[in-house]
Amino acid sequence: MTLKMKLAGAASGLAIVVAATAAQADVLFWSTQAKPVEESQAMRDQVLSGHSEAVDYQPNDAGPWITRLQAELEAGTGTIAVLGGLHGDFSAMNPDDLVDLDDLGVMAASGTFNDLAKLGTDAMQYIPWMQASYIMAANKEALQYLPDGADINALSYDQLIEWTANVHEAVGEPKFGFPAGPKGLKHRFFQGYLYPSYTNGVVRTFASDDAVVAWEKMKELWAHTNPASTNFAFLQEQLLNGDAWIAFDHTSRLAAAFNERPDDFVAFPAPAGPTGRGFMPVLAGVAIPKTAPDMEAAKALVQYMLDPATQIATLKATNFFPVVDVELPSDLPPSVQAAGNAVAIMSASPDANPGLLPAGLGDKGGDFSRVYSDTFERIVLAGQDIRTVLDDQKKTLAAIMEESGAPCWAPDAPSEGACPVE
Amino acid sequence: MNARYLPYVMILPVTLFLCVFFIYPFVLVAQQAFSVDGSWSLANFQEVVGYWKFPISMKNTLLLALAVVPVQVILALTMATMVTKMKTGRDIVLYIWTIPLGISDLAAGIIWLAIFEQSGFLNSMMHGLGMVDRPVNFLTYQNPGIVFLAIALAEIWRATAIMLVILVAGMGLIPKEYYEAAEVFGASPWKRFLRITLPMLRPSLQTALILRVILAFEIFAVVQALGGTLFPVLMGSVYEYQFDLLNSGAAAAIALIILVISIGFTLLILRALRVPKGATI
Repeated sequence: MTLKMKLAGAASGLAIVVAATAAQADVLFWSTQAKPVEESQAMRDQVLSGHSEAVDYQPNDAGPWITRLQAELEAGTGTIAVLGGLHGDFSAMNPDDLVDLDDLGVMAASGTFNDLAKLGTDAMQYIPWMQASYIMAANKEALQYLPDGADINALSYDQLIEWTANVHEAVGEPKFGFPAGPKGLKHRFFQGYLYPSYTNGVVRTFASDDAVVAWEKMKELWAHTNPASTNFAFLQEQLLNGDAWIAFDHTSRLAAAFNERPDDFVAFPAPAGPTGRGFMPVLAGVAIPKTAPDMEAAKALVQYMLDPATQIATLKATNFFPVVDVELPSDLPPSVQAAGNAVAIMSASPDANPGLLPAGLGDKGGDFSRVYSDTFERIVLAGQDIRTVLDDQKKTLAAIMEESGAPCWAPDAPSEGACPVE
Repeated sequence: MNARYLPYVMILPVTLFLCVFFIYPFVLVAQQAFSVDGSWSLANFQEVVGYWKFPISMKNTLLLALAVVPVQVILALTMATMVTKMKTGRDIVLYIWTIPLGISDLAAGIIWLAIFEQSGFLNSMMHGLGMVDRPVNFLTYQNPGIVFLAIALAEIWRATAIMLVILVAGMGLIPKEYYEAAEVFGASPWKRFLRITLPMLRPSLQTALILRVILAFEIFAVVQALGGTLFPVLMGSVYEYQFDLLNSGAAAAIALIILVISIGFTLLILRALRVPKGATI
């Protein structure tokens, strides 16, 4: 045997051993969250490194995420130990595919979140893991154009429109940024902010006269919105490069702006309309698929994720806030402080009108959101008549509600059976 | 072994591979498209065709193919002719021209986005030259024409090379004697191109066109990067149905529609550029 061959043999032997141990020891955490490279690295280095067992954290887009999971479920055997995803990711699944988690002894501080996590069954199908929300952010340069008498922490939609108009006029170009790109979260703005603020509902009031007013306001706002918004998805980029001065987005999609130049930007609550200051939470959870290879290891990891220390580490890594009661330390990154403040002011405001995440839609969640995105594209981008579009889209929405049988959620008034579109 | 069977034995591995990794998944997809909850149904097709964006996506996809492919044919023919005429440096030029082939289509889309976006290279250049006071937004819903142009440009830049490579190979196969004879009879270079190169190139042109047209109907990533939601195309809706709406049946239905269009155009090209029986190079 030549030296070369010996070396090759040793190398391949080593590779096999390494691969085998990796396959054996690591608990696979298959997640749709913390996808940006820095965040996933922070999850591995700062959050999961403290767990007693080695964890393989693998974030992915929702598409590949669900595809692999379904493949494992259909095969009846799998390697995924723990799933991380948004409430919407889980609600699109069949609850039978997830292990009941009531006996873990961990849950969120919020009863509403724990109820959502049951996915319409009697037991927790996932454990709430972390939460976020949507807020507004502005470049400090824009503050000088705030309308007279406007309080940035208690803006109304009219004031926001006036403000963006002032900036538009002063700078010569529209500087409002809106996440209307293919990966942008615009539908959440309509479902959780615009509709609740103008109609005090989301589904029931979809085609109401108040909704017509809401869309008229949206068109006014759009007139001062950077038209390139149809390509925006993470407004932190546009805030940093100056294409947008005032922006609405998910807290973690604004974080980089605050962390890179904390002195240049302010975070503030979403505006209020005639029926209050509508806003909605983002809820992520951890679950265990029934095909998990080592159930005990998976459960231990879920418990570890809900540990107060882990929750704070997660907050620093991902800008998602804890769901359990914890004492927040003072050395938090600027993005967390800014977003935390804005969310706190928003929830404590006297006209707060908090909405819930769409629930009970099952795998119709995507279609549900598409109704709102399509309505936006037709009314605002294509300039079609508001009443006509609403009456037309209403049929699609009603069909989705009927098919899924989802009852109304806040701020819509409760319903018997499927939530009606009035 | 009987020599008669040898060819079949030789193609057996490929056939098996195709059956397992192409035909079988294809049958599954077709099944998915034509069934709802396990029973035979056309509901998936009704759903996707009835969606208000479907005619727009269809129109956009066809228009784009119509605009891009002819330009690419002309460009590839010109470039291939130039390359074959070259005495020195032929390889280097060919390598450089085929660089876009090695770039993924999403990367190509992002490269062109970096050129066209508001704070992109084109704007910086125009601003630097004093042509504009402030950066112009090119890729917006108000300028559908520019969005279309940007996508077409990116697509031409990215995918002309695949035709070029096929055509260069094809031109290399044309015997020199034809050109020498034509020259003796005093045919102009243009005439030689029309009467010798083009007809003799027919088989390669056929292959190149079929490849390109099929790829043109599958355009996705470039559009996604440059057009966002402004320019819906068929392949984009496959992605949307599969991953955003988790509706595999509808996604399979559109995929089949794209397949039918592709087969239709392939047959058309095969017929239009057929090599007459008995005519060989």
